[in-house]
Amino acid sequence: MYADFTCPQCALAALELREAQAQTVFRHMAIASRHRRAVPLAQAAEAAGAQGRFWEFHDSLYEDQGRLDDPHLWERCRALGIDVERFEADRRAPQVAEKVREQTAAALRAGATGTPSFLVGGSLTAELPSAPGG
Amino acid sequence: MTVIPAGSEVPPFTLKREDGSEFTEADLQGTTTVLVFYPFAFSPVCTDQLQIYNEALPEITASDAVIYGVSTDPSFSQSAFREKLGVEIPQLSDFEPKGEACRVFGAFFEPGGMSNRALVIVGPDGRVAWSYLADTPGDLPGVNLIFDGLQAV
Repeated sequence: MYADFTCPQCALAALELREAQAQTVFRHMAIASRHRRAVPLAQAAEAAGAQGRFWEFHDSLYEDQGRLDDPHLWERCRALGIDVERFEADRRAPQVAEKVREQTAAALRAGATGTPSFLVGGSLTAELPSAPGG
Repeated sequence: MTVIPAGSEVPPFTLKREDGSEFTEADLQGTTTVLVFYPFAFSPVCTDQLQIYNEALPEITASDAVIYGVSTDPSFSQSAFREKLGVEIPQLSDFEPKGEACRVFGAFFEPGGMSNRALVIVGPDGRVAWSYLADTPGDLPGVNLIFDGLQAV
């Protein structure tokens, strides 16, 4: 799934995928001009991931997209047991920014024109894949 | 109307840059140029298109190509659109005579009286290297198509 943490449709898709217990690979598609927090949140999620909390942070962002500023991120970190000082350093690290840029570029090169987009069996689609038999 | 095919020499045309200066076929010489024809500033699909293409700007310029957005909107509207989105893709206006340059490229949508959704890549020799016309003006061509097209230069 190519997605953006500021995108409401991505939040719905993430919830459906979680409920379906689908095996999901998350890739950032953070378009800077689409939302001022798109890239910062992608980098924040990677910083959480550096402390083994990517999916918890992912769920936390998608469960409440009304609070996405830095103080709200620190609150989430504390709730999830993430070291805030390390989180702050990691999310501003050049390699984290590069990872988000690379994944976004890969999404665009794959032909994604919006979020969420799904790569299923080598085909790109904007529709959430239905479960086998569903 | 069909889009200008690969291999064609670009006929004379005149567009207006945001600063009011003219952009003509002479400006296509010596550099690879990506022309992105879109219907309307501030419309939903065009907004998505410029945002996504802007994200790919570093890769496009790394390919020694320049990219322009082209529409029949007046320059003031194009500049306001670009600034609102915070994108860096320079704009070319085909406002008056309306659509004349778009017609040269086969990128005018007569039923809507607007520029169509088309991509044209012109090589440094001034010839069309690659072109693409979306099935409908509402379709958004992915950036991957531009990278495919740049391979043809």
